[in-house]
Amino acid sequence: MNYVESPSRFTAPPPGAEREENLKMEFQAVLMAAGGGSRMMDLTSNIPKPLLLVGNKPLIWYPLNLMERLGFEEVIVVTTREVQKQLPQMDSKMKLDTVCIPEDTDMGTADSLRQIHGKIKTDVLVVSCDLITDAALHEVIDLFRAHDATVSMLMRKAHDFTEPVPGQKGKNKEAEQRDFVGVDDTCKRLLFMANEADLDDELVIRKSLMQKYPRMHIKTALVDAHLYCMKKWVLDFLLENKSFMSIRGELIPYLVRKQFSAPSSSQLSKADANEDQKRGPKSIDIFSFAKEDDLLNLAREKSFWNDHHGDMNDPYHGTKLRCYVHIMKEGICYRVNTLASYIEANRQAPKFMPALSQEESLIHPSAQIADTSMIGADSMVGYMTKVAENTSIKRSIIGASCTVKEKVKIANSIIMQNVTFEEGCCIQGSVICSGAVIEKGADLKDCLVGSTQCVDAKSKHVNEVIVGNDRLMEI
Amino acid sequence: MSEGYRTSPGQPGVPGNSASTSSAPDGEGKKVTHEKLDGQELSKEEKQRLRKEKKQQKKTRRQDKTTDDGNSFSTDGKNKQQQQQKTSTTNTATGDTPVGNEKGTAGRSKAEFRAERKAKQENRAKQSKKADQSQPAALGKTKSVPSEPQLVVKRLPDHIQADDPAALKKLAKKLERQQVPLRQDYGSKVILFLHLHQYSRKMPLTQQLTIPSTVLHPAIVRLGLQYSQGIIIGSNARCIALLHAFKQVIRDYSTPPREELSRDLVNKLKPDISFLNQCRSLSASMGNAIKFIKKEISNIARSMREEEAKEVLLQCIDKYVNEKIHLAAEAISKSASEKINDGDVILVYGCSSLVSFILCDAHKAKKFKVVVVDSRPKLEGRETLRRLVRNGIHCTYVLISAVSYILPEFRLAIFGFALPALWPRTPACCTLGHLLPQSTDAQTAGSERGLNPGAGDPDDLLVTRNGSTPLKNWHANSKLHLLNLVYDVTPPDFVDLVITDLGMIPCTSVPVVLRVKNVE
Repeated sequence: MNYVESPSRFTAPPPGAEREENLKMEFQAVLMAAGGGSRMMDLTSNIPKPLLLVGNKPLIWYPLNLMERLGFEEVIVVTTREVQKQLPQMDSKMKLDTVCIPEDTDMGTADSLRQIHGKIKTDVLVVSCDLITDAALHEVIDLFRAHDATVSMLMRKAHDFTEPVPGQKGKNKEAEQRDFVGVDDTCKRLLFMANEADLDDELVIRKSLMQKYPRMHIKTALVDAHLYCMKKWVLDFLLENKSFMSIRGELIPYLVRKQFSAPSSSQLSKADANEDQKRGPKSIDIFSFAKEDDLLNLAREKSFWNDHHGDMNDPYHGTKLRCYVHIMKEGICYRVNTLASYIEANRQAPKFMPALSQEESLIHPSAQIADTSMIGADSMVGYMTKVAENTSIKRSIIGASCTVKEKVKIANSIIMQNVTFEEGCCIQGSVICSGAVIEKGADLKDCLVGSTQCVDAKSKHVNEVIVGNDRLMEI
Repeated sequence: MSEGYRTSPGQPGVPGNSASTSSAPDGEGKKVTHEKLDGQELSKEEKQRLRKEKKQQKKTRRQDKTTDDGNSFSTDGKNKQQQQQKTSTTNTATGDTPVGNEKGTAGRSKAEFRAERKAKQENRAKQSKKADQSQPAALGKTKSVPSEPQLVVKRLPDHIQADDPAALKKLAKKLERQQVPLRQDYGSKVILFLHLHQYSRKMPLTQQLTIPSTVLHPAIVRLGLQYSQGIIIGSNARCIALLHAFKQVIRDYSTPPREELSRDLVNKLKPDISFLNQCRSLSASMGNAIKFIKKEISNIARSMREEEAKEVLLQCIDKYVNEKIHLAAEAISKSASEKINDGDVILVYGCSSLVSFILCDAHKAKKFKVVVVDSRPKLEGRETLRRLVRNGIHCTYVLISAVSYILPEFRLAIFGFALPALWPRTPACCTLGHLLPQSTDAQTAGSERGLNPGAGDPDDLLVTRNGSTPLKNWHANSKLHLLNLVYDVTPPDFVDLVITDLGMIPCTSVPVVLRVKNVE
């Protein structure tokens, strides 16, 4: 695993020196934490997605930790009021500047960016709250810097989910919409990006693109980490062009497409340009936002470097917009937005937690664990949890303030906070949400127990989703 | 004639300047040697001057001996020893003088000499009888001091002292003070070239930096990355990009209270420059640009307001770019095109923005053909080829192994001053063998110091053909070392003419030009 080396030697400013007023910030970090978790409603019905527990830490802790490791000192967090209340508990050393958006509105990530446009003065690093990764982000950012890119992002070959997911009958595939990502030979430059939902039956690739990049690799099994480095003028463009709602769904594919299209109104005469403006804001040309420096262009001209060979074109084929992607080969990168990925992330949590937060051990010191209980080496026990005698806990994560009585067997499960297990329960491969009570002798296998639910004594459930009646009515 | 470099005939690839470091038995801190970075020999005038100085030293030494017996003898003895050691290792005329050694950084001898002087002074005080004699001796001494030669004892630059632990430690301390990360060497190095740093492109310096970097301006980080990845290459391009980055630094700079812009801004630039040096050794043109900027900044009057001062600096930079790069290029191009005749076949090597500019310019008026010679691993001749062909020039492309075959074809070879790849002297040597004229172009902006030898990323040498990479696991073999030398030196014998923005001069006048420029 390639963890980011903690660059702590270079974080403290030299003594007596003036702080950031003298230096321009390279990036501002923006954390999008207002999403609803629409693909795992069973879990997020009672608790907002950023506060879901993974490895006994709220989900939002992971991207915050990532930014802290990178050396950021300030983060702008876009979130809802409920999450904002919990933020101080993260005890992060960074300054969190929270921007609240009302909960019920249908705001997309691009809309959130428009709202915080006033705070942004430099290039941005946008991160989604459900990202858990140990990637060396300097690779993504180096691509952005070295090629003066418009946007650069992170992706990884999807992990295979091997664990059975509760509530899913049969094979896994719920026919998730695939993403087609086309990259060039070096696997760095993004040439093509489309989602299956947007395509009818065929994948259409322009001939001009093929002429410029005769070798293109199209990948479908990539996980997009939703981590974007964007130039400031992209935000200016967003402000003008209000038709985009989501960054990933609309803005990024648009930028990728526009890389290879000619600037539309650059050679029009003034009269035509006026007409364009009258026609409406749709024809706002993104190229007018992309500013280029004369001296920098001169330097590039004099420098004998080209990113491709074999044709007579300039470096980058003379495109002003450039989109880059860094595809991770190893390491973890999870986006916790479905039940399957949630389970997978939790399974792997005992393995990556020690590296992310060195001070904490897997078993919280305040947990009261009886001597005769057997807790496996890769299990996690939360804060103030009581575990009684003769219990066996294997490969599981137990949240804070839980009570586990005698003779309970828990294996391969994820238990959230405040759950009570009466004597003699047997839980296997299940997810139990917070506040649930499992009565004596219950036997659960591959189940999902919703929040504050109560499982009857001596009941047996296999591969079921147990949620309250009120939830059942929501369709 | 050619004592300015030491190469045995069978080794064309050895740079002629660094031999002194690898074999010096002197284990003390820094080694003091006379260094010829660009392999140019001492001109006749310099040699004569050095001979005169040596004679003077001998005279003063004899004077000292007569007055103070024991002390001076031991001093000289020690210094003589050191001198002997050094003569065995230096490859240049022995301009080392005992006093020159004092000035050097061999710490022990300096301290000892001071001790000797104190003892001498005490002796003089005691021996009041010899007061009269010692006075003329003292006078003689003081006389000898001003008549010492104004020898500039050049120190070896840091980037060719990778095997000297003291130099490395000093560098590490300096970087830590400035909060700039130190770049680690990569891979096992060839023994003969242990003194060169060898970095890998896959381990960029940015790994160790925090993202909102506290001391480096983001434009500088960007620039360093582009240098180390080879996106901006060529001394002109690097210089322009550097000035562009400096412009941004100046724009974003704001004077802290109680500080002066003229002093503080220079201090702020220091870590930036160290960082860039770590990413890739500064080229001569960059060094000149930095000196220019520092001079301009320190010349800012105290009374000027900040905005005004910034404006002035930005304008200075623009003027510098215009003068030293644009106008110089045009001047060189004009002179060079006189040398190009219609129907010529011209040889060029590798990539040089200046040479391409000249050719494209000359193409407007004359008809000629070009042969582009290229070599691995960088194959930068492809880019030269592309630019020339785009301008409509008829080109042929060959690899360096074919040079001897195409020799009968061409009439004139033009090389840029900072030749960026290994063995440019091979075409030069070959052409001389056939007595063909050659010319090198140099801009005075870029010609102050010599070329910096360095070892490039060894992974560049790996080649994948048909899916197999023979050297893929070179790390596993402990006896295998890869070496990828960048930069080389051309012996001046092989160069017929140097075209500079000051005119066309023969090779031997280059040191004179440099010296004159230094004085300015």
